Amino acid sequence: MEKAVRKYWPVFVLPTAAAFCVGFLYPFIQGLYLSFCSFITIDRAKFNGLQNYKYALTDATFLHAFWFTALFTIVVTILINVGAFALALALTSKLKASNLFRTIFFMPNLIGGIVLGYIWQILLNGALTLLEKPLLALDEKYGFIGLLILMCWQQIGYMMIIYIAGLQSIPDDYIEAAKIDGATEGQILWKIKIPNVMPSITICMFLSLTNGFKLFDQNLALTGGEPAHASEMLALNIYSTFYARSGPQWKGYGQAKAVLFCILVIIISMIQLKATKSKEVQQ
Amino acid sequence: MKLKKVLALTMVATMAVGAFVGCGNSKDGGDSAKSDSGKVYYLNFKPEADDAWQALAKEYTKETGVDVTVVTAASNKYEETLMAEMSKSEAPTLFHVNGPVGLKNWKDYAMDLSDTDVYKNLNGDEYALKDGDEVKGIAMAVETYGIITNTKLLKEAGYTVDDIQSFDDLKKVAEDITARKDELGFAAFTSAGMDDSSDWRFKTHLSNLPIYFEYQDENETSTDAIKGTYLDNYKNIFDLYINNSTCDPKELASKTGDDSEAEFINGEAVFFQNGSWEYGNVVGDKKLSADDVTMIPIYIGVGDEANQGLCTGTENYWCVNSAADEKDIQATLDFMNWCVSSDKGTTAMADDMGFVIPFKDAKDTDNVFVQKDKEMQAAGKTTIPWDFTTIPSEQWKADLSSALTAYAAGTGSWDDVKTAFVDGWAKEYKAANQE
Repeated sequence: MEKAVRKYWPVFVLPTAAAFCVGFLYPFIQGLYLSFCSFITIDRAKFNGLQNYKYALTDATFLHAFWFTALFTIVVTILINVGAFALALALTSKLKASNLFRTIFFMPNLIGGIVLGYIWQILLNGALTLLEKPLLALDEKYGFIGLLILMCWQQIGYMMIIYIAGLQSIPDDYIEAAKIDGATEGQILWKIKIPNVMPSITICMFLSLTNGFKLFDQNLALTGGEPAHASEMLALNIYSTFYARSGPQWKGYGQAKAVLFCILVIIISMIQLKATKSKEVQQ
Repeated sequence: MKLKKVLALTMVATMAVGAFVGCGNSKDGGDSAKSDSGKVYYLNFKPEADDAWQALAKEYTKETGVDVTVVTAASNKYEETLMAEMSKSEAPTLFHVNGPVGLKNWKDYAMDLSDTDVYKNLNGDEYALKDGDEVKGIAMAVETYGIITNTKLLKEAGYTVDDIQSFDDLKKVAEDITARKDELGFAAFTSAGMDDSSDWRFKTHLSNLPIYFEYQDENETSTDAIKGTYLDNYKNIFDLYINNSTCDPKELASKTGDDSEAEFINGEAVFFQNGSWEYGNVVGDKKLSADDVTMIPIYIGVGDEANQGLCTGTENYWCVNSAADEKDIQATLDFMNWCVSSDKGTTAMADDMGFVIPFKDAKDTDNVFVQKDKEMQAAGKTTIPWDFTTIPSEQWKADLSSALTAYAAGTGSWDDVKTAFVDGWAKEYKAANQE
């Protein structure tokens, strides 16, 4: 078998490697190059040096979008993980119909972001009208809260499944031994369960952090960045720089913003991964 | 053992083929057609005319054997679609720009049309979009907008369109209808929805009026800095729309174009600001009858209102892709000319699409809004051109829309609208014209 693998490895690796190059590597490098150009269609790009980056870094809407996104990501990461972990704890205890609940909590994740965005827009606007408050598109604060509700509703179920898997993989003897030694529920949670699900926490934090940071569909459908770019997150800001504007210079600006954004996402995920990895325990 | 090996190899082969099959596809498009006659790829701007274009394209293929592909961009997404499509190897051969500002973006991609038949068939040079001496765009349809009025409901309220000859009249009628809203069972205006399917009616079409009157005063056809002389009138008409409509101004932020249209068709409101392109949507089976609708000018209380006509102009210019294959360019020019000069083409454009085309062989249309425009022009009323095509950028419109939405809901002030209108213009003009 090993011999066969050694002999035929190109057959297995090449299609994927080629697809990776065509579908990812080449566009990525071209995208990098385009961020130094002004262009309308990519075959007629004109090099213009660092001008795009200069604009991107001084654009007020981009900076606002950055802080808005940063705040959103922090809050949403905490909310989703606390919520998902709490649900996972509840649904791994001996609860009747826990499988049914798991399914129900997981369901929202099966619906696409745009659809969810519009559904929640109708729901929240309905609620805000009843409360006689300004609609989502009119108030940055409600837009922010609306996005939080939407994201939690969508993501908690998914993260919950990962936590459940983590919790179930803790050997029963640990908990039994702790109980015999007289550990309280709280102690079991903090000293045994949490350290042992650290790999799950890593993956969930990583997912919700990057999901929050890269959020686009929900933002577009729920608030569309209104009022006047105030609820615009980074991805949507890039999109509207690129598409809502006409003129070759704007495409370059958008592209430069996208490259900056990509670097940001990579840095944040690396730091986060390193920070949580160091806390993991070996079973 | 052998079998297993063969099976595995087959699987690998299938996977590899599967991975690469996507790449070869574009080459065998348009297989059966005679490839030597060229192809036409038309990226259509008007979603409401999509069905008619598809039918007309089929008709043309049947008649001449030339392949015509019509793709329609989703509402409000034309620039994006065009940008994406133009980067492809099979780029559109025929596309739209919306006027001088739109052309600035695409002039390197549009060929000079001065020697073409379709240009020679044009009614006059005012329908050509020029860049220097070169004819880069050709207007393919002239359209009209104003306030579409349900005359039946207006009669129930005790008025006729002849009672409305100025902004003051319009205000009086609208406010009277609002006062008796419960008794009459309908409102004066349909919801002035600020969702992006509807906000163009206010950020673009309604703002045309203050822009036009200012251009008249200043004797100019475009400007790098607008003064906003008639912004108070703009406020008055917008106030009238939002305070006499089917819904609370607070809810406008989420109202769509479809909402507004449905309200008009269902007889929930008398007035509906929109254009001749809406004809097919409001008149017909289970909709309104042609006798019950008409169009009146948008009065804002400026100028000689007794002689004010409808807003007529175009933001539909055809451009031909200069980078396309020579054969495809010729096929495209032939197709364009066929559309505007052949019997089938002109009939379809007049009847199925409801366009008034500025060409010599144009057919009359039964669109009552268009007829109304003709009638008013014949009566010597001044047609208001579409000066909004000189608006510096889409962003200007978007910012104005945000400010109007906030103003309507009471979370923003009119000063923000003024800022978006006046300061925004200067800022966007600078941004759009920097190199």
